[in-house]
Amino acid sequence: MLVTITERDHLEEEGSVVTPEFEKAAERAESRRGFFLALPAYAYLIVFFALPLAIVFVYSFATRNRFGGTDLSGWNLEAYRKLGEPIVRNIILRSVWLALLNTAICLALGYPFAYYLATRRPLVRNVLIILVMIPFWANFLVRNYAWRVLLGKDGFVSNVFEFVGLGSREYLFTSTAVMIGLVYGFLPFMVLPLYASVERIDDSYLEASRDLYASGWQTFRKVLLPLSMPGVVAGSILVFVPSLGAYVTPEILGGAKTTLLGSYIVTQFLTARNWPVGASLSFVLMAVMGAALIVYFRKGGRNL
Amino acid sequence: MRGTLKGSKGTRAILSVNALLIFAFLYAPIILLVAFSFSDNRNVGQWGGFTFDWYREFGENDALQDALWVSVKVAVWSTLISVVLGTLSALALERFSFRGKKVFDGLLYLPIIIPDVTMAVMMLLFFSEGLEIINNFFGWQWTKGFQTITISHVAFNISFVSVVVRARLEGMDQIHEEAAMDLYASRWRTFRYVTLPQIAPGVAGGALLAITISLDDVVVTQFSAGPGSTTLPVYVFGLIRRGVTPLINATSVIMLAISIALILISLLLQQSGGFRLRGRRSEPEST
Repeated sequence: MLVTITERDHLEEEGSVVTPEFEKAAERAESRRGFFLALPAYAYLIVFFALPLAIVFVYSFATRNRFGGTDLSGWNLEAYRKLGEPIVRNIILRSVWLALLNTAICLALGYPFAYYLATRRPLVRNVLIILVMIPFWANFLVRNYAWRVLLGKDGFVSNVFEFVGLGSREYLFTSTAVMIGLVYGFLPFMVLPLYASVERIDDSYLEASRDLYASGWQTFRKVLLPLSMPGVVAGSILVFVPSLGAYVTPEILGGAKTTLLGSYIVTQFLTARNWPVGASLSFVLMAVMGAALIVYFRKGGRNL
Repeated sequence: MRGTLKGSKGTRAILSVNALLIFAFLYAPIILLVAFSFSDNRNVGQWGGFTFDWYREFGENDALQDALWVSVKVAVWSTLISVVLGTLSALALERFSFRGKKVFDGLLYLPIIIPDVTMAVMMLLFFSEGLEIINNFFGWQWTKGFQTITISHVAFNISFVSVVVRARLEGMDQIHEEAAMDLYASRWRTFRYVTLPQIAPGVAGGALLAITISLDDVVVTQFSAGPGSTTLPVYVFGLIRRGVTPLINATSVIMLAISIALILISLLLQQSGGFRLRGRRSEPEST
């Protein structure tokens, strides 16, 4: 570490001899300092994050008793076995399907959009990026609520349909509504990493490809897409993982027929009072997230 | 990427139309929501003339005011705590090597990427099972409410602050710190007069991010809140499930305005001092 070197310099100037022991002691002191700086946050996260996570893990092996309580004695895999039952399995499959569909739609819409942003003049580009950032950070609940108002009975969308003569239509509480909400909620998560990686690509690669008589499609397929792959992977993970566990969007825009993983987990805790099943599902969700991240880092991604 | 290669006319047209439609998609719902919050009509889909009534109703509704107050308190406290802890951890990770550093680094990333619902469940189990133990141990009388909400918000905000401050430290030349040390400044003085002013935009950016996320959260808060006190988003979430009213419209617009104001402040900060939202790295502007 640089700090260690400067420290040694002082001592050399003062005339002391730098022995290996001294160097080791200095290193240890450095290490101690670093540890003490990290300690408050470290301790906090162990108590209020790692410990709760461990509790969820333990509960996923527990048994629900007849009174809706949870017995910790007699650990078993019952809760995990329950995930294979048709009801739960269907919910898992539906959630995975919607999350994949959402990722695909966001990618299809977001890629050309990110490319468009990246090829603007710097000034225009900065303004446009700010315009993407605003909905990205604007209150998530409110953004979902806006669609609830728009899609509802007598809502704006329905009125427009009626005005055009297509008859009033209500999309609220259907999977279409959930899908719209998910795309709306997570599209910026896709656009920003895509933009970052497309923007970084040197134009001369694309020019070289065109100079060598590649068509526009070939240039996209063989040059642009591979070079922007980190952004594609990062964006896809950033969209897939939260939409798999989405809770707010389906609760506001979806109906009873479109129960997704997030809502199902919450129900297990609040109304069904089957904590072990809820805990095991939460853990499965985390495992999926972990797997997605491992894929990402294997692909050479550095930061999300 | 400067776009010297423009592609065919058709491609360009498609790209422009796509971009226009996406901007419309992103902004139309927000703009309509704001517009209809001033509509003097109980039916939220129909325009009924301009009015401020719903905002007045928001101001007079005690439950909403209480929830807003809890939200502000939670946001301020969780931000203060997580800024201190997050900045310290960023310094430790960027400037020192110590035993357990890798594990700490990993642990610090988890709250950012964990699904909301999983974290919510963690907090529910932790507080419903652990609160009694904590109370017995310290002789406290805590119930679920302001404190527990704040604790869980700090648990995810430390990580966000740490990432933003780290990005700042990473891009910072250590030359000034070394110069200060060479001139016999103590570690504390070096930190106070050299490092801190340099990372200040990062710290401020992290703080703004923490406030925004704290005010945004629904799921984790819902699971760590008690029956008595809850935050504005959670209260509004409960209202929305019962139906759509002009009062919720007005409340939503206020929440939206607060979050957009925070974004604009952090973007201004980014322009002046240069911190990066979410610590995402991008190359220096080459114009």
